[in-house]
Amino acid sequence: MTAYALETQSVIKTYNSDSGIIKAVDDVSLQIAAGEFVALVGPSGSGKTTMLSILAALLQPSSGQILLDGQDLATMSDVARVALRREKIGFTFQANNLVPYLTAVENVELMLRLNKKLDRAGRMRARELLARLGLGERLNNLPGQMSGGQQQRVAIARALIHSPSLVLADEPTASLDTERAYQVVETFAGLIHEQNRAGIMVTHDLRMCEYVDRVLQMQDGKLVKIYTDRKDILKLAKGGRHS
Amino acid sequence: MLSISSYLALKEVWRNRGRFLLVSLVIALITLLVLFIAALGEGLGNGNREYISKLDAELVVFQAKSDFLIQASRLGRNRLLSVRRVDGVDNAGMLGTTNANLIVPADNSSLKVALLGVEPGRPGEPPVEEGQQLGTSQAKEAIIDRNTALRSKLAIGDMLTLRVTQGTDDEFYKLRVVGITGGQQYALQPSVFVPFNTWDTVRPKSEAEIGVSSDPVANVILVKLTDPSQVEQVRSLLTRQVEKVDAATIDEVIQALPGYSAQQSTLNTQGGFTLFIGILVIGGFFQIQILQKVPQIGVLKAIGTSNPIVATAAVIQIVVVTVIGVAVGGLLTFLLSLFFPPTIPIVFNGTSAAVAIIALVLIGPLGGLVSIRYAVKIEPLKALGLSS
Repeated sequence: MTAYALETQSVIKTYNSDSGIIKAVDDVSLQIAAGEFVALVGPSGSGKTTMLSILAALLQPSSGQILLDGQDLATMSDVARVALRREKIGFTFQANNLVPYLTAVENVELMLRLNKKLDRAGRMRARELLARLGLGERLNNLPGQMSGGQQQRVAIARALIHSPSLVLADEPTASLDTERAYQVVETFAGLIHEQNRAGIMVTHDLRMCEYVDRVLQMQDGKLVKIYTDRKDILKLAKGGRHS
Repeated sequence: MLSISSYLALKEVWRNRGRFLLVSLVIALITLLVLFIAALGEGLGNGNREYISKLDAELVVFQAKSDFLIQASRLGRNRLLSVRRVDGVDNAGMLGTTNANLIVPADNSSLKVALLGVEPGRPGEPPVEEGQQLGTSQAKEAIIDRNTALRSKLAIGDMLTLRVTQGTDDEFYKLRVVGITGGQQYALQPSVFVPFNTWDTVRPKSEAEIGVSSDPVANVILVKLTDPSQVEQVRSLLTRQVEKVDAATIDEVIQALPGYSAQQSTLNTQGGFTLFIGILVIGGFFQIQILQKVPQIGVLKAIGTSNPIVATAAVIQIVVVTVIGVAVGGLLTFLLSLFFPPTIPIVFNGTSAAVAIIALVLIGPLGGLVSIRYAVKIEPLKALGLSS
């Protein structure tokens, strides 16, 4: 069971509304291995963002089990969840990704600072990672002095610098043009494979599935289809965007 | 935790130093205002009570039912002798108060002074810093206080001229300055101390008093005790053994000075309101700032920054901005105070300035409390737009 970096069992998330109980996530079970990059796709309202929030330890499921490196997120205290997010999870978000008053390298180093692991080797690693992402000349630029694509790449570096078990990306290409979007996802996938992390990307843009190992398709809160065959994934990627 | 909090707080302050400096300048202006109000309160209070508070006496004897008002009290020499006979009284001296105009030698202008009649060698005669004490009760001598010396440019050995209205005519009296004492203002006026009998000659008189020979009458009698801890006992003896008198401690006399309490409470209220406005201004600024930073705080929390770190960073930021503002304000106040003429009653007293500065440093975190609470309550899911 612990062979997977991440494993969920029958995760359910319900909300109360005027029209009754809504199941945003309905009995989702999945497994992601270390070194595997997975896309979570589906139309708006399919539950993929809720699922990502649960996996990110930002939201408690109504029931079910989420094991990250053997630890159950669903039963953790708030303090333990904050520590888990800091130590074992890397994030990139759609927008407002970076701390605006920290430079590119300071944003990346922030994860090491928070984990009390910022040393000379960590500083070097942050610079090297940013250089690999094509930002060697932008180390001391503030987010406001960088393009959206450059900011996303800084966020990718920040998500990976502290060697997390799980890397989560919420619509990382939403604010990028097509060329930049491909570049960002390709780099992201390359680093996840290279560093042997479990990666999950939520995206509307099916074209980005070209770089993932598996595609998990959600609809109405349920995991309705899993694409594992490379041909099927490429075919899906050529299909374009979800509505 | 402190290191990551201070790192985040100080980086933000430094990278947005223009914005934070503006807030610090607002705090500096509030500091300037508060310190000046405190100094004005101190200066006005000091101008009123300075002579009384420095008296080498523990009790002041008043005519009965004079409500501890020096001007309303009249006591003759027979009372003085009775007071001196009371057990526990070490020394007692008469004090007569009135106003006069001192003619400034340089330009013949008139300077309003408090003319105080004291008995040489008795309580009430201020200790000189330069020159010598008064000679005899009839001597044509005067001790002037530092304020009078500064404003009149009179020095030891100079003759001072007092213009006093006697009946309906102005009379001029010349006295030799034999000593200069420290600040000894009385009723917000610079002081001139003269021997008691000289004072009785010089003091303004009504037409009815002119030419009538009578024993000099003082306003109050200043009493120095053998044992200063026996104030209440001696006070009780005085009121029982001396006919128709009341006795007051120095503090009671100060509180009874005309307008003193009202003036101090007015200025304290002004100071309090200024601090309150400071709390609102700082609170408002940091609340607006936190509202603008919701997504940023959301990201920080999402990547594992704990609430204590976020709160501590906010407190550090507020304290830094406030301390810089108070320091700049204090410096500005000090520089401005150098240019104030001695006629403006502003006194920077260490204690009241320290209290004002501590209050100002505390208003920052106090004003920012709401914003800190708001920052702690920010939900990363909502801040990042991930909530359904």
